[in-house]
Amino acid sequence: MFAAARRTALRGAISLPRSASAFTGPFSRSALQRLLSSLAILEQREGKLNHGSLSAITAAKSIGGPIHGFIAGSNIKSVAEEAAKVEGVEKIIAVDNAAYEKGLPENFASLVVENIKKGGYTHIIAGHTAFGKNLMPRVAALLDSQQISDITAIESENTFVRPIYAGNAIATVESSDSIKIITIRGTAFPAAEIQGGSATVEDGVDPKSEASAEWVSEDLAKSDRPDLATAGKVVSGGRGLKSKEDFDKIMQPFADSIGAAIGASRAAVDSGYADNSLQVGQTGKVVAPQLYMAVGISGAIQHLAGMKDSKVIAAINKDPDAPIFQVADVGLVGDLFEKVPELTEKLKST
Amino acid sequence: MSALRILVPVKRVIDYAVKPRVNKAQTGVETAGVKHSMNPFDELSIEESVRIREKKRAPGGVEDICAISAGPAKSVDILRTAMAMGADRAIHVETADGDEGALEPLTVAKMLRAVVDKEKSNLVILGKQSIDDDAAQTGQMLAGLLGWPQATQASRVEFKGDSIEVTKEVDGGVETVRAKLPMVITTDLRLNEPRYASLPNIMKAKKKPLVKMSLSDLGVANERKLKIIKVTEPAPRQGGGKVEDVDGMISKLKELGAL
Repeated sequence: MFAAARRTALRGAISLPRSASAFTGPFSRSALQRLLSSLAILEQREGKLNHGSLSAITAAKSIGGPIHGFIAGSNIKSVAEEAAKVEGVEKIIAVDNAAYEKGLPENFASLVVENIKKGGYTHIIAGHTAFGKNLMPRVAALLDSQQISDITAIESENTFVRPIYAGNAIATVESSDSIKIITIRGTAFPAAEIQGGSATVEDGVDPKSEASAEWVSEDLAKSDRPDLATAGKVVSGGRGLKSKEDFDKIMQPFADSIGAAIGASRAAVDSGYADNSLQVGQTGKVVAPQLYMAVGISGAIQHLAGMKDSKVIAAINKDPDAPIFQVADVGLVGDLFEKVPELTEKLKST
Repeated sequence: MSALRILVPVKRVIDYAVKPRVNKAQTGVETAGVKHSMNPFDELSIEESVRIREKKRAPGGVEDICAISAGPAKSVDILRTAMAMGADRAIHVETADGDEGALEPLTVAKMLRAVVDKEKSNLVILGKQSIDDDAAQTGQMLAGLLGWPQATQASRVEFKGDSIEVTKEVDGGVETVRAKLPMVITTDLRLNEPRYASLPNIMKAKKKPLVKMSLSDLGVANERKLKIIKVTEPAPRQGGGKVEDVDGMISKLKELGAL
């Protein structure tokens, strides 16, 4: 009852003319903020909280209103308690049920929907990760809401910024949905830190709906290197590496010399030089590290879409006209088979 | 397993190799006179459907492959391409040209639900995202509306008894899920390599049936929930020029605080 009343009141507030809107007057602003509330969908795997998913809490903070976190899976208690330490979070809603462990959208979506209805949230936020992309549109459809995908900025509680056309254009969109389903670009919102908070942990509602799909197996690449999506430094190889052996022989010592994650262009992935999970670009991962070093990558627009928000871009390519040099802060024209080992040696000794 | 009646939604988008330009009014990107093609992920959907039939992978066989597209009159071109690649027939849901005719993913999902009912489809194969709005929503929304299982970002589709096993690209590797028909699958790049339509097949495709309808024929309204306030160019990046050697690169990176 209360939840429904809240949403109706909010809809009224949103439909006010812009001049009288909540974001221009100090009094109405606080009045509206009381009506806003966000649910951040957190990810976990085998009892470990995915810290990257705490970006959703950072995004929720810029919307205003109370923030709840949501997490579900087997033996979820310790994960929920860890998430409860994030500052600014009022409550963690946890559903302990092995049926949700693998995040299958067929039952996870109805689970999330039931908890949204119970909590009366206005904003539901998750990462634009494989999990978020799989789950959230299904949630949105069940709530008859038009999702806003992969946002990079929040202008107001109903206005969001997102890249389109592989990042070649930036759209600002205004949503008229009463429940806003949002996925966020992780590199645009830093993960909230796990300190200073003391949220309560509460059991969520569990509709116990059957999953019509079944999890069979998984095969995840194991790596001791930093995670590509969140690494401070990324070295990325392209078609210029010529073979998988050369890719490994050149890129691994180079990455280790500066403690970087390894990425790859689609050309390198398609040619089998590197695993698909390392692909940076429109159809792979989007990264925004302090340093992105492109080795033997020409710089096609689909690749640039995945890395052009990096702080510093460096490129090594034998073709002086490669488009990558148009975006690189530092470019070196030369044979990567000479230059990269030399660079690796010199970086190791400094 | 019952015979497959596959529905393959395809979208006409600006060709992936074209660099889009934002229009002067900052309401969208320039589309007039720009080369358009079938969304690359949708080519994979058609290819996979045709291969399922050719390789007789489905125990019950493939009864029908129907391509569908919602869009302006020119969308017929990509439906003909889909038929030249092997789709049996096509449905064109015509919408107005330009931005006013554009449909949001939720609307497309509602339209597809109506078509699935009408055509008795039991497998829908979509691209994982379209390269224009990059939303990555339609397949999942359709599965949600139909209450069907979904397998997104598929890199392998295998028929096992009365189930379909799909290997999906996820962060850090792959995951395999299993479900029974009816289901929704979205395609990822590694799934297959789409064929080129041969000239004889392009000629044959001209004779294949193409049905026109409108959104209202399907009982769907073009409801807009997202209003585009503006579209801008991303802040340009200035290339910082080149250095002569490895030492130059190291000192420049140190100067920029990247090392």
